[in-house]
Amino acid sequence: MIPRHQKFLFGILLLASVGMGVLLWQLRERAHQRMIAGQDSAPTSAPEVAQAEEATLMVANDSDGSLRTQSFSLPLPADPGSRARAVLAKLMDLYAAPDSTHPVPGGGGSVLQVFLLPAPVSGGSASASGQSAATPASEQSQPPTGPQLAVVNLAGNFAANHPSGIATETLTVLSICGTLHANLPRVTQVRFLVDGKERDTLAGHADLTRTYLTNDDVPQEGVHP
Amino acid sequence: MDSGSSSVRLDPYTFKTRCIIASCKRALRGLRLVWAFAALAAACQLAVAQPAPAAPSAPPARFFVVLDAAHGGSDAGGHLGGNQLEKSFTLALSVRLRSLLGARGIQVVTTRDADVAVEPNRRAEIANHAQAQACLSLHATESGLGVHLFTSSLAPATTVRFAAWKTAQAGWVTRSLALAGVMNSALEHAGMRVTLGRTSLPAIDSMTCPVVAVEIAPEMGPDKKAAVGLDDPDYQARVATALAAALVEWRAEARQP
Repeated sequence: MIPRHQKFLFGILLLASVGMGVLLWQLRERAHQRMIAGQDSAPTSAPEVAQAEEATLMVANDSDGSLRTQSFSLPLPADPGSRARAVLAKLMDLYAAPDSTHPVPGGGGSVLQVFLLPAPVSGGSASASGQSAATPASEQSQPPTGPQLAVVNLAGNFAANHPSGIATETLTVLSICGTLHANLPRVTQVRFLVDGKERDTLAGHADLTRTYLTNDDVPQEGVHP
Repeated sequence: MDSGSSSVRLDPYTFKTRCIIASCKRALRGLRLVWAFAALAAACQLAVAQPAPAAPSAPPARFFVVLDAAHGGSDAGGHLGGNQLEKSFTLALSVRLRSLLGARGIQVVTTRDADVAVEPNRRAEIANHAQAQACLSLHATESGLGVHLFTSSLAPATTVRFAAWKTAQAGWVTRSLALAGVMNSALEHAGMRVTLGRTSLPAIDSMTCPVVAVEIAPEMGPDKKAAVGLDDPDYQARVATALAAALVEWRAEARQP
């Protein structure tokens, strides 16, 4: 004979089990509904914050050491600094793609910022002496049509994972310089930072301490183009 | 008496005269010495004031080659196939090339003979001190195909006595391009794919000699893809032999009037 209090306890436990089962089912249904609702609200296409424009990229090719011009339609912001970063992000996405002609890991996030400053007058010789890219206050009043210096701040991971070699590093640097000049013709000089600091080389070879000239003018004697 | 007295009077005079003559002779000798020193100093000054010789157009009396094995020590360089490091590859190539050049009667100076770190400025100092007729900076990479030849991207300039350290190569760029052309011919003659380029490397930009950075990449196969890796001994030997042949050709060109 089962005592009465045990029957009572069994009944309570049974009811609690059933109740918990029902509650669990309801929670599952709610989570499922939330997931479906979330899927419905997800954007099916990238939001375009700006109109698509033609962008020219100088894409490197390791097999023959060349830079080839390729055009893409990209939504580019109006701000020149953001525009430069968007174009370089596309270039880095191309390099990170599986079928890239110049495989470099990292993608669009490799370019942290691009700062545009009035270009120093004697950029070439100043670069050779390894001086800072800081712009004198007297040059801040230059007309807006003057030449510009672009300071490209690369991510540390990008430099750390970049393949080592003179050819591949030089191609990366020159393709960045060429792409900037192709889309922002006022950019005549380019300097590089890695995580906001000066760095000797990209991955052991290409010099990052100097200023790169991007215009087609004949450089002065003893100056890097 | 007279004669005796006169002889007594004359003796001191003769002694004094002799002393004066001897002093004059000494003074003249000293003057000659001073003039000689002055002439020597003037000659030295003239020699110093001579303009620096232009990039070597006259055939040099001796032929030195500097081999600069890139990286070393804590700077391993790139990671190549087969767990090989760039610093080891370049050192092995430097040793092999030195042996080949020595057998051809070419004197070689190396920037490192062991796995030690050498600063870029020190490499340039060694090359400049050797006053070599050719400098090769040896590199290796897994990227690309064939052999990459790089010269400094500095714009050519006239050679000056006191050149800026970071752009000292500017006065030698024309000769460096000529050396790259000779090496290009030799490597292509050996059946290798060659890519020519200009770049900015801190070590070679400070060298005052014809300098080419040689970067060895995997060899291209018939399908235009990497067919032979850098760890292939036969490929290494062919590259070294072609480079040695190029330097022999360069020596022959340097000796032509």
